[in-house]
Amino acid sequence: MSDSTAHFSEMMQGQGVRAPYESYNDWFSQQDPARLAKKSDEAEAFFRRTGITFNVYGQADAEERLIPFDLVPRIMAASEWGKLAKGIDQRVRAINAFLHDIYNRQEILRAGVIPVDLIAQNDAFLPQMIEFSPPGDVYTHIVGTDIVRTGEDEFFVLEDNARTPSGVSYMLENRETMLQMFPELFSGNKVQRVSDYPKNLRASLEASAPASCEGRPCVVVLTPGIHNSAYYEHSFLADQMGVELVEGHDLRVVDGHIAMRTTRGYKVVDVIYRRVDDEFLDPLTFDPDSMLGVPGIMDVYRAGNITIANAPGTGVADDKAIYSYMPDIVEFYTGEKALLKNVETFRCSEPDTLQYVLDNLADLVVKEVHGSGGYGMLVGPAATKQEVADFAQKLRAKPHGYIAQPTLSLSTVPIFTDAGLAPRHVDLRPFALVSPSGVDITPGGLTRVALTEGSLVVNSSQGGGTKDTWVLEG
Amino acid sequence: MLGKTAGGLFWMFRSLERAENTARLIEAGFRIALTRSSDPASDWKSVIVTSAGQMGYEAKHDGYDSARVTDYLLRDGDNPSSVLSVMKSARDNARLVRTALTTEVWSAVNETWMLLTDVLKDPVPETDLPQVLATIRHQSALVRGALHGTMLRNDIYDFARLGTFVERADSTARIIDVKYYALLPAPSFVGSRMDNVQWETLLRSVSAHRSFRWATNGDYSAANIADFLILDRRMPRSLAFCAAQICDNLEYLAEEYGQETDSLTQARALKARLKDRDINTIFEEGLHEFLNSILTDTGRLGLQIEQDYRFNG
Repeated sequence: MSDSTAHFSEMMQGQGVRAPYESYNDWFSQQDPARLAKKSDEAEAFFRRTGITFNVYGQADAEERLIPFDLVPRIMAASEWGKLAKGIDQRVRAINAFLHDIYNRQEILRAGVIPVDLIAQNDAFLPQMIEFSPPGDVYTHIVGTDIVRTGEDEFFVLEDNARTPSGVSYMLENRETMLQMFPELFSGNKVQRVSDYPKNLRASLEASAPASCEGRPCVVVLTPGIHNSAYYEHSFLADQMGVELVEGHDLRVVDGHIAMRTTRGYKVVDVIYRRVDDEFLDPLTFDPDSMLGVPGIMDVYRAGNITIANAPGTGVADDKAIYSYMPDIVEFYTGEKALLKNVETFRCSEPDTLQYVLDNLADLVVKEVHGSGGYGMLVGPAATKQEVADFAQKLRAKPHGYIAQPTLSLSTVPIFTDAGLAPRHVDLRPFALVSPSGVDITPGGLTRVALTEGSLVVNSSQGGGTKDTWVLEG
Repeated sequence: MLGKTAGGLFWMFRSLERAENTARLIEAGFRIALTRSSDPASDWKSVIVTSAGQMGYEAKHDGYDSARVTDYLLRDGDNPSSVLSVMKSARDNARLVRTALTTEVWSAVNETWMLLTDVLKDPVPETDLPQVLATIRHQSALVRGALHGTMLRNDIYDFARLGTFVERADSTARIIDVKYYALLPAPSFVGSRMDNVQWETLLRSVSAHRSFRWATNGDYSAANIADFLILDRRMPRSLAFCAAQICDNLEYLAEEYGQETDSLTQARALKARLKDRDINTIFEEGLHEFLNSILTDTGRLGLQIEQDYRFNG
């Protein structure tokens, strides 16, 4: 196995193996590659039969695709994870404090820590949320923080996904697949469990029910429908939690509450885990053409009769322009230095910075402030001259729509190929649950891997795959 | 349960039933046309008429033959009742109600859909047709087995079964109606080669040519065949059997929900019309008229179920 020395390898160290991978490496060296290849095919067949697929937007031919699963786990020691988890905990608490502040007293603006324009001009800022506090002041019940690693002790937050982060079903299915394929691995390695996530998610959502709710709260998952790219995940989570999976047309306002249409009439709902974007939530308040939402739900929400998770308007905390201020935001609300580092970020809205970005475009990664899924971004070092030139035009036309970051030297974890193990770049999306009773972070998360040699783009929509992620017992 | 989920289950199982019935129709048509038909075009036409697809078919084709009819019924995306169309609908509905299905049922439907989209991606040559039809039958059995073996007998199961039997009653009534003239007691034709062919088509269309022999000791006559297909409670595709099943499932729902619905009243009436009857009274009433009124009742019952259990709000 060869690795370019420029990137941090999470498995290899010189000629040896890093401690967390020792036991795995012993096992792997005794395996017959042909058997592993067969297992890999079996896993793919299993995913397809189970319908663990996603839909790719803008591609007519392939309606449903698999996210490739790689059978080499990504392994972290308890000590490595402990530091990360502490940092995530601090960060999600700060994000919730920030959201509450921004929609109420706006102390952080008064203190001049972040520019007023950043909020005032932000499409994700919802005036409907002003002077309203959701139950327990929790705005982001589910957060998926994207983290990359560049060295032994070098972790950076790449994005705070505080709206409707997806991917947790893959975290769970990947573990399940590994357990079925290689049960022996789990007796030799003490791996922290992820399977409690659905139970914890339900508990966390129930704990966030409105004060007016009596008895056990009724939780539902709201999906845009079977054609949504993450529909599998929506149905999986509803199924695992044992709650109903609803669409907008299953819900309506009845006597000041949200209720779902059942075979026996309307039944009151207390908590909606929605996987529908803000602008589609309520056609009376937001996009009037939306068929995905519930007319009048925002009135019910403001009256305190329903919990929407995540709260509307959380996007103001996770766009890429706000991101650059996160270290200041963490410090402002927690009084402590941010435990997790930010990637250096150039705000193209600032004229001097824009010039710097344009001059160094070939070395930078440029992203849309409101983009996601790896669409509309430029990876300078991987782009052709023409692509760089085209992107420069877009950037000049709308500088405030972009931020730029240095190209990070992402860590690698090997994947299983026909030629044996081969290093590929990875990132990590751990999932944090926030409720009035606290923050709960599932050990590990979803590891995404760029399957193409040298590629830094891990998004599933751009040919990325996933791995099971192990956090070993301490 | 969500009304939408009840509707999804109902339509998922209607679609699965329709896929199976369509395959059975093609099989009967294929067999007859291949072995004995003196007028294959008219035999294929009656297959299309039975599938309620005459208008759609004739908008695309100007004549009837084996290749075009089988392709229209198996693969044509413009035909909402083609096997491919209904399998897609069954699978879409299964995704919609994924949380109400066991893993086994879901996997069986998903696998069936993957397999059939592959098998039916190109026109099926005549030599492969028996194999393809066998695959469809086999997969239907798989789904049915998963349903019976793994699902709780609760409202979820009831809505699934209602979809199956409403569709089946509709299909059986249609099959008999298209050939009703062959069953009319017209002494001069009885025993003619013509009638034998028609009767066999009828029995094969509901996969009952063997069970008929067992049940009646091979006593082929118009009255016996009509009695078997309409009134015989032992025969799982007869109208009486379907009506009894619909009624049972609505009774279970009424019991579970503690509320009797209009659909139950209608189902009881339908069941009563088919119980303890002499086939000759149906001939006196007029077979065609009788079948038409059964089709109307079944259609109305389907809509009433949809309304009573709030499929669409």
